Amino acid sequence: SFLPERSNLAGVRHILLVLSGKGGVGKSTISTELALSLRHSGKKVGILDVDLCGPSIPRMFRVQDNDVHQCDSGWVPVFVDQDKSISLMSIGFLLEKPDDAVVWRGPKKNALIKQFVADVAWGDLDFLIVDTPPGTSDEHISTVEALRPYKPLGAILVTTPQAVSVGDVRRELTFCKKTGLRVLGIVENMSGFVCPHCSECTNIFSKGGGEELAKHAGVPFLGCVPLDPQLSQSLEEGRDFIQEFPKSSAFPALAHIAQQILDGTTQRSS
Amino acid sequence: AELRERLRSVKHTILVLSGKGGVGKSTFSALLAHGLAADEAKQVALLDIDICGPSIPKMMGLEGEQVHQSGSGWSPVYVEENLGVMSVGFLLSSPDDAVIWRGPKKNGLIKQFLRDVDWGEIDYLIVDTPPGTSDEHLSIVQYLGATHIDGAVIITTPQEVSLQDVRKEINFCHKVKLPIIGVVENMSGFICPKCKNESQIFPPTTGGAEKMCQNLNVSLLGKVPLDPQIGKSCDKGRSFLSEAPESPATSSYRNIIQRIQEYCDQHHFHEEKII
Repeated sequence: SFLPERSNLAGVRHILLVLSGKGGVGKSTISTELALSLRHSGKKVGILDVDLCGPSIPRMFRVQDNDVHQCDSGWVPVFVDQDKSISLMSIGFLLEKPDDAVVWRGPKKNALIKQFVADVAWGDLDFLIVDTPPGTSDEHISTVEALRPYKPLGAILVTTPQAVSVGDVRRELTFCKKTGLRVLGIVENMSGFVCPHCSECTNIFSKGGGEELAKHAGVPFLGCVPLDPQLSQSLEEGRDFIQEFPKSSAFPALAHIAQQILDGTTQRSS
Repeated sequence: AELRERLRSVKHTILVLSGKGGVGKSTFSALLAHGLAADEAKQVALLDIDICGPSIPKMMGLEGEQVHQSGSGWSPVYVEENLGVMSVGFLLSSPDDAVIWRGPKKNGLIKQFLRDVDWGEIDYLIVDTPPGTSDEHLSIVQYLGATHIDGAVIITTPQEVSLQDVRKEINFCHKVKLPIIGVVENMSGFICPKCKNESQIFPPTTGGAEKMCQNLNVSLLGKVPLDPQIGKSCDKGRSFLSEAPESPATSSYRNIIQRIQEYCDQHHFHEEKII
């Protein structure tokens, strides 16, 4: 298909989507931590938040009160700090009041997503992470269609261990197959909780479902991320978990996921 | 008009909503259904309108069941004699089947669910929804008519990341004139089975559902703690209330269900008064 000259995505080296059939499994969390990890490896990262009803990304970087400005080539993404190494776009920045509900049917959502994909002036990025809402509907179909000419790297699928989640993520795998989106791997989030008082591990949301699914579906398993109250706290406050809590229980798993993504891209180039 | 006919025999309708995904809507809907159906004299219906991620069949132990057609329409799948269930899950032939539909097609199916399912006379219709404020939510309120819905039960977890979406859902309810029965705060603390200390895995950094309910003038129906048995029961398709009757989470759920029942009884009484 025809690509306009100097498209806003021309300077983006790798595009990856974070998907799940299931809600509340940690897509935005994984998108955020992946961006922070990649930034700490010296990469420039953008996050495009296409969850129009429940945009979580701005708060996770403590920029929920920021506004979006226009430039000649479109919208200027919101930079999370002076370094400009992480930039964001989300409907969260376009709302007049944070509690305003975006009560739109599909066609209106599709129109905004097309704009988000084409009209954000990202500049040069090593990675653009696209955070999605749960499901396999308008947002997902429109996003994949709009990104297709730019050949995304693929998708990371997030699940929690229990069967009820895995059941939805199986459907998301089918979505990827049907839309020709490569699956980079599955992350099993909220996989076990280590009590900070006595170190006893409890599998609050069961264990192993994500790994089993990866095996069954023949896709890479990127790892288990445990429940970590310091991670939840970090996200609430918009802090840099990767920098501030390297000894925390979720850190090794999150760093490992980022490393596998980086290794994947160097393999692709060579 | 056809919808009016079908729904005339429904005494009480409760929507289970949340702006946020993964907070326990389906879990709660399933337990509410079991809780209300414990009274064998009551007829309960559970309608799952999460078209992309239908969790209800698995949670009710009905995975693999199919829908049968009869002269009077589609038959719900019965868990008990007085508890019937409908979900897109029953229309799929494989657990890998994805429903990759845009809004209009989803709306069409929801209409069919309301028009073509032969529920019979029902005391309680519980509608489980997907997260968000979009096609499914607009359609269900439109088709049922806001005046015919007793109210919405809104589910959240304690942390601000959830609350910020739930406030939007509350605003959605106000916008479409849907009464709010109240809010349930799920995953409210975890007690370590070994040392019995409590951890706030999803910390209420901005005051949790309690503060939000105060600010927005809605009722807090109750708080339910995390219990690993809840997820296990859901995966097995069994009622957590029966499997773990001694759990603090069970008493929380039961209290909440009772409050919802009381609300519905008052609502019915109020309607009769007007007539």
